Amino acid sequence: MKEPTERIDIRANVRNTSPAVVAATQNSTRTALRIRGDVVKAFGEERWQRLRQAGHDLRLHSLTHLDRYLPLLEQKVTAAGGRVHWASDAEEANRIVLEIANRHRVRSIVKSKSMVSEEIGLNHALEAGEIRAYETDLGEFIVQLAGQKPSHITAPALHMTKEEIAELFREKLGVDARPIPEELAELARQRLRKEFLGAGMGISGGNFLIAETGTLLIVTNEGNGRMSTTLPPVHVAVVGIEKVIPDWESAAVLLKLLARSTSGSKITAYNTCITGVREGGPKEFHLVLLDNGRSRILADGIAREALLCIRCGACMNICPVYNNVGGHAYGAVYQGPIGAMLTPLLMGTRIAGGLPFASTLCGACAEFCPVMIPIPEILLHLRRRFVEGDAFEGSSVPGLLKAAAWAGRRVMGSPSLYRLAGSMGRTLQAPFRRGDWLPSLPSPLNRWTSVRPFPAFKGNFRAWWRNRTAAQSAEERSHE
Amino acid sequence: METVQLFVTCMAENLLPDVLQKMVGLLERLGVRCEFPEDQTCCGQPFFNSGFQSEGREIARRWMRAFADTVGPIVAPSGSCVEFVKHRYPVMFPEGSEERALAVRTSARVRELSQFLVHDLKITDVGASFPHRVACHSPCHLTRGLGVRTEQQSLLRAVRGLNLITLNESETCCGFGGIFSVVYPEVSQAMVEAKVKNIDASGADVVVVSEPGCLVNIRGSLTKMKSSVKAMHLVDILAQGGGA
Repeated sequence: MKEPTERIDIRANVRNTSPAVVAATQNSTRTALRIRGDVVKAFGEERWQRLRQAGHDLRLHSLTHLDRYLPLLEQKVTAAGGRVHWASDAEEANRIVLEIANRHRVRSIVKSKSMVSEEIGLNHALEAGEIRAYETDLGEFIVQLAGQKPSHITAPALHMTKEEIAELFREKLGVDARPIPEELAELARQRLRKEFLGAGMGISGGNFLIAETGTLLIVTNEGNGRMSTTLPPVHVAVVGIEKVIPDWESAAVLLKLLARSTSGSKITAYNTCITGVREGGPKEFHLVLLDNGRSRILADGIAREALLCIRCGACMNICPVYNNVGGHAYGAVYQGPIGAMLTPLLMGTRIAGGLPFASTLCGACAEFCPVMIPIPEILLHLRRRFVEGDAFEGSSVPGLLKAAAWAGRRVMGSPSLYRLAGSMGRTLQAPFRRGDWLPSLPSPLNRWTSVRPFPAFKGNFRAWWRNRTAAQSAEERSHE
Repeated sequence: METVQLFVTCMAENLLPDVLQKMVGLLERLGVRCEFPEDQTCCGQPFFNSGFQSEGREIARRWMRAFADTVGPIVAPSGSCVEFVKHRYPVMFPEGSEERALAVRTSARVRELSQFLVHDLKITDVGASFPHRVACHSPCHLTRGLGVRTEQQSLLRAVRGLNLITLNESETCCGFGGIFSVVYPEVSQAMVEAKVKNIDASGADVVVVSEPGCLVNIRGSLTKMKSSVKAMHLVDILAQGGGA
């Protein structure tokens, strides 16, 4: 995906989203939430909370000790015959991958699902180098075929119905496809078989990097991850530096959390562990460790916890905003609550400053997050960055809005001005009032009334309180 | 006799004064003496949550001072405002400052109304009577923010004649979200429409919405969508047919 260079306009994106996309999204997330609920219940609520805490603590430990675990990882990967590359940004990562491909005269590549490759726009860079990359995850395959972008980090084609997918297969693959998931998967499998066999290189991301043994851990449900990293003669894994964890004990905790949160299963179907170059596997193994802004995020004491994310997608499934706008409305690689944090962190608030506001701060995501990322807290932090500016970025809001906030603070900060504003409200509402309601108000207040009426200012609590207190003391006096 | 300080919240004061009057009536009926620190305005949440943190902090500072010389629990008909004071105030001011200490003391005193009734007064039966089918919305900051998940239901179950009905997706946000509702009105609308559909489908006559923001949002949307269900604050019901 190409990085947006203009401000992400969620309202415009929402207007361009069809109700069918929203319906398909809700349908999929509802199922995902139900099976997640069952498996977490079976695990035991209290045990689950302890596991989440353990997951949070060990991810935070890893993140704050990258200086220990990344060199250890590099040493172990190298000792096992792999090659480690360090990429400071997307451009460098793409260049490294392209160089490896060109050295081997690779013309076609099979890819296992990788969010980080979306983040750096790897497919685009490969195409520019006249190399064809085939997505082999079923959802990614569908989205690539449709010329779209993923709308969910673990279920890329979640916004499409089986009917739409069958139609797409008929049109693009020229096959007789029926809207039956098993048959569609089989068609994709047949189509991908020759690409798996003919590819000169396999590209994957990575769910975890286990420092103590230098192992890349990839989980998939379709086996395509194992095929992509086993069949071709060269395997390149592009992984964010934050994915490193100390040891296998950590992996055991995180895999339990990840499988349950993502697919509602006790364990993901394929857990592929790759330690350097091994017999029978690809002749070369390259690990590209990507920073792309992560070390900058790490320096931010509040936002850094966004890097704990293990990309399970649970926050998106539970998010009422995501469920009413669909993934594409977020205008970037990462969607939902995790996207509302990561996109402005990676691209800056000038481009993505509207995203942290695309949340009601309802807190459902934070309750579901398997590694306990304090999502609303980070969203508030980023709202402040956008509005006031902080040590990382300057303010991006117009002076007029700041002046209004200053005036608002003056009013709210002074009891007499506050009372005056209340009585002004009661007077000024007259022309707009229809009984108990103000059904339509001028701009910008129409942003409220376009949806539902505003209640009329009624009564006066302070006056009521004073009269009552006066009456009570009068009564007390008359009793004396 | 227990004395409480009324935390009226700017939203209830200006838009729902009847809720406040009934809250005073209910508390007094239960033998609680109410005091009203008149210097209170807004707790600062609307500013802080919109990104204007320094304005929010300034308003919070003034709000704290309005309550500084008072005693007893500080009770509000809102979980959201209480949650803000309880969880945000203590971390808003520099560590070791006098304001930090005041914030910590103040945050320990705030209670949402149902919390106060059930946990401080240890009352679930307030002697109310309300013979209707009632569904109950679970406001986000009350349930997830303050962990108040059963108190409203306990109070409602004890009301004479009241038939408490299950509301589907009662814990799903109604789409208010403060600034969110005006930054993204279309999304807010989709969310509140889903909420109203669940309310209509519940078969209730009345839906309890004990949060000023949610109440204004849901009540307005029920009207706009021509629903026959009435939205009421918990206190509107607990104050009915009083005789404790």
